[in-house]
Formats: sequence, C-alpha cells, structure tokens
Amino acid sequence: MTSTPTPGPAPGPDQAVSERLLPERRQINWLRWATVTIIVVSVVLPGVSLLLRSFAFRWHYPDVVPGEWGLDAWTYTIDDTSRVFESLGNSLRIALLTTTLALLVGMPAARALGQHQFRGKRIVEWILMMPIIVPALVAAMGIHIVFIRLGLTATVLGVSLVHLIPATPYFVLVMSSVFANYSPALEETARTLGANKIRVFRYVTLPAISSGLLVACLFTFLISWSQYVTTVLIGSGILITLPMVLFPFLGQGNAAVAASITLIFVAPAVMVLILTSRSLGRGSTVMGGFGKV
Amino acid sequence: MTLERRQTPLKERLKIPLMLLPASAVILLLFLGGLVAGLMQSLGYFPAAGLNEFTFRHYVDAVTDRNFLVSLWTTFRIAFSVTLLSTVFAVGAALVLRQRFSGSRLATFLFQIPLPVPHLVAASAVILLFSQSGLLSRIGAALGLINAPGEFPAILYDKASIGVMLSFMWKEIPFVGLVVLAILQSVGPQYEELAQTLGATKRQRLVHVLLPLIMPGVVSTWIIVFAFTFANFEIPLLLGQSFPTTLPVQAFREFQRPELTSRPKGMAIAIVLAVITVLLLIAYRRLARYSRST
Repeated sequence: MTSTPTPGPAPGPDQAVSERLLPERRQINWLRWATVTIIVVSVVLPGVSLLLRSFAFRWHYPDVVPGEWGLDAWTYTIDDTSRVFESLGNSLRIALLTTTLALLVGMPAARALGQHQFRGKRIVEWILMMPIIVPALVAAMGIHIVFIRLGLTATVLGVSLVHLIPATPYFVLVMSSVFANYSPALEETARTLGANKIRVFRYVTLPAISSGLLVACLFTFLISWSQYVTTVLIGSGILITLPMVLFPFLGQGNAAVAASITLIFVAPAVMVLILTSRSLGRGSTVMGGFGKV
Repeated sequence: MTLERRQTPLKERLKIPLMLLPASAVILLLFLGGLVAGLMQSLGYFPAAGLNEFTFRHYVDAVTDRNFLVSLWTTFRIAFSVTLLSTVFAVGAALVLRQRFSGSRLATFLFQIPLPVPHLVAASAVILLFSQSGLLSRIGAALGLINAPGEFPAILYDKASIGVMLSFMWKEIPFVGLVVLAILQSVGPQYEELAQTLGATKRQRLVHVLLPLIMPGVVSTWIIVFAFTFANFEIPLLLGQSFPTTLPVQAFREFQRPELTSRPKGMAIAIVLAVITVLLLIAYRRLARYSRST
C-alpha cells in the first residue's frame, strides 16, 4: 500500500463516523431490497421452473402451473433407451479419473509454488496458468489426430487426459494458495521426533490442508463434469457423457425430459454448495474460483 | 543451513524441478503440444489427410471467408457486452452485500449459487424461462400484459444474442461480484470514512474512493471473464443464431466436417482464437503485476 496516513483506530472519532453513516444507509434501502429480490428470483425461479417442467404432463400455454402432473419425463429419463444411466456412469468415471490425475500431478507443483521461491517461478506460473485463459478446445482439436493414432479417442483415459488441460491449472491454483498459508514448521518438529515421511504427511500435513484439498478436488471434479465440447471431440461421439445426452433435448427436444436431465446434471454442483456452505465466511474467496469453471 | 545445502547441492537443486515436473509435463505435452500440433495442421502439415506442404492458404481461406469477420464481430460483441454488464451488476451487488443486514448472509449464499453450476444448466434454465412459451411469458399472460406467446420478445436464437448473454451473465455476475466483495472486505471502511470526514458526498466516495480501490482487481477479472466468454462453445451453439455464429462454433464446425481436408481451415480459425486469448493473457499478467506494485 502507499504511505498515505490512515485514520487511527481511536474509538471516539470512529464511533462518530459510523453514527453519521447510519442515516444514509437507511436512505438506500430500496437499492438493497431490489438487489436481494433480483438475487432470490434469479436463483429460485430457474430451480422452480426446472422442477415444475420435469413433473408436468400437460402444461398448456397461458397456465403458470401445469394442468396435469406426471412422471413420464422421469420414467423416460430412468429408462435405458435414454442412455442417461450409461452417460452418468461415464461422466462419473471420467470426472473421478481426472480428479485423481490432477491430484497426483498437481500436489507437488502446488507445494513448490506455494512454499518456495526459486528462479523462473514466474515462467512456471505463466505456463501452468495458460489453459485458464487460452481455450482447451484449441489444444484438444490439435491433439485429436495424435490421440486417434495412440488409440486414446473414445476412451475414458483419453477424455480424462483432455479434461486435465483445464483441470490441472485450477487444482494447482487452489492448492498453491492453500500451501502458501501453511507453515511447514510442524513437519520439521515431527521429523526430529522420528516420524518418517509417510507418517509426517498422514498426521501433520494432511490434517492441516484437508479442507483446502477437499475444495480443490470438488472443484476439479466439477470442471471435468461440466466439460462438453472437448468430450464430444475426443469421445468421438461413442463415449457419451451426461451433457451430451442433455444437449439434443435443449431447444427442440422434449422440454420435460430436458428439465429432468438438467436436474440430474446439476446435482453434484448442489452437493458441493451444501458441503462448502459450512465454511461460507472464509470460503467465499475460494468459491470465487468456480466462476472460471 | 547454507553449509548443509552446499554438501547436498544436487539433491537440493533437483528438488523443486522434480516437484514441478508432473504438472508441467501435463501442460507442456497435452496443452502446448496440442497447440503446436494444431498450429502445424493450420499451416498445412496434415499427413493424415495427404497434406504435406507448409502454406498460409488455410489462414487466407479462413480470414477471407465472409463468415469470419461477422463471427469475429459477434464473438467480440457478446464477450464485451457480457463483461461490461456483468461488472456493472456485480459491483452494484457487492456494494449492497458487503453491508450487514438481516438476511445478508443468506443473500450472499444465494448470490454464489450459480458459481459451481455448469453453463449448460444455465442455458437450460434460460430456455425454460425466456422462450416465447416460457414461464415469464406465461406470467406476463396471467398479468394481462400479453395475449399470445408471439407477443413475448424473441430473445432466444435472436440477432442481438440476448439469450446467450443472459446465460453467461447468470454465471459471471457472481464471479465478478465475489472478487469485488473480497477486495472490499480486505480494504475495510477506513478510506470511505476518512473521505466522509473530509466532507465527501456519497457519490464522491463511490467515484473517487471505492471505484479506484476495486479497479485493479476488477480489470483482471474482466480479462478472465472476457476470455472465457470469447472461447465458450455450447452456449452460443445452443442459444445463438446459426448464422452469424461465434468463432469457436465456426472453428469446430469446419473441423468436424466429414472431409478431413477442411480441418486445416477449422484449425486456422481456432489458432486465431488462441492468439487473441494469448494477447489477453499477456495483458492479464501485465495488469496483475501493475496492481501488485501499486
């Protein structure tokens, strides 16, 4: 920060200021209510309309609520012909493998970037963060022909490797900030007390970083889970994931089926929200990273 | 310490490179390798399709295509509008949400709900709400504002790409908003209070104190939001017009044609896309360094 003098924390003047700020805040209450209303509507309305649509059997035009309810859309969604279950399994397998791979390659790099100063650090950061801005689609298009030759197209491994392009930078980004706030002094103590490397990691490092690690893993899982075009490309249309089943229903297809598949597709994100909401206050900046997904 | 390090120089010196190796290998092989392979294909080296000679023909082909400039403009227009509008709404929301009031915690929680939600879900919800027979149109009819679906403004698959922008903004406003909120919380209220004791009005405090404080952080999120919107594929494909479309959609369409010989042209468009984002990345690093030094 600059050397501009900041007002002292003297209680007297501070109190006077906050008293003077009060009446103004009351004046702009309408802005507060408008903002809160917009937030509530823009989150609740999509959720409600998806639920209504998925359970609607007949919903003629001017009706705001469906005229007849039914489970037809859900029956079709659960049925094998919709390929929802098959694609759900593939999506899960791919996202889990991507998360595991990102964890394995990303942990050491995150620790190096978070805890060490070294020459060329800026270049390494530059390279590792490139896929956040430069689209993975372009790299996936370029690598497609190589993957065909290696027999990696239409395989879970091949798709996971391509998902790793956007996933690794985010994993490293989150974990390096976790490691930057973590002091390795306790590890030193444990070592001098005779603990081996595995025990130090299991009993000292892991408990200290576990909540950050969980966020990083959930985050990586969701990046892979949300991928569409890279999967279409490397999956060759043979390996079907959930968004690929959803896509044709959006727009022209059966709107009720589209709504029910959308609800299944959004489920992991909802679970992540519930899991991370407990650490809401301090977790908000970590959550900020989700916007890049 | 220093003595110890001198005794085991190799092990110490190799420690950090070895830690960086796995992640760097993934990015270098898959990402940069993919970009280089793509660059070579765009320059005409594509043995799988019987093309072996280096040429700029595919770039000339791509750029002189009458669709290219229109697509480029559409992509820029959407990305620019989304970035600008998201920032305006996000700063407004953050200025409200930083205050403590009853329900402010719940409002902040609801505000961040779109963050982990996939874009395709946002698009799905936009279709249900904003199509001409969607929920908003029905509500409009119930209130007597419109009489038929056709009277509801057509904002999906439209010329102005409003449906596309709405889907993006639903995700990007919370993203920018949380960044602004984090900056405001780290800055604290002291500058504003100082300005107020010096007689600054509410408006002056906003323009001369708050906005300059949050600007550096906001500008770097602009670049992330812009680059993301610029390169997104599924939302413009789903909710935009089929012509003119955006650059990623056009690149992918050319690339997926059954005849392999049209691939280099698709790849050339994709490389142009990548170059634009690399320029954005350079700007991002510059700004990040600038904002850190001030």
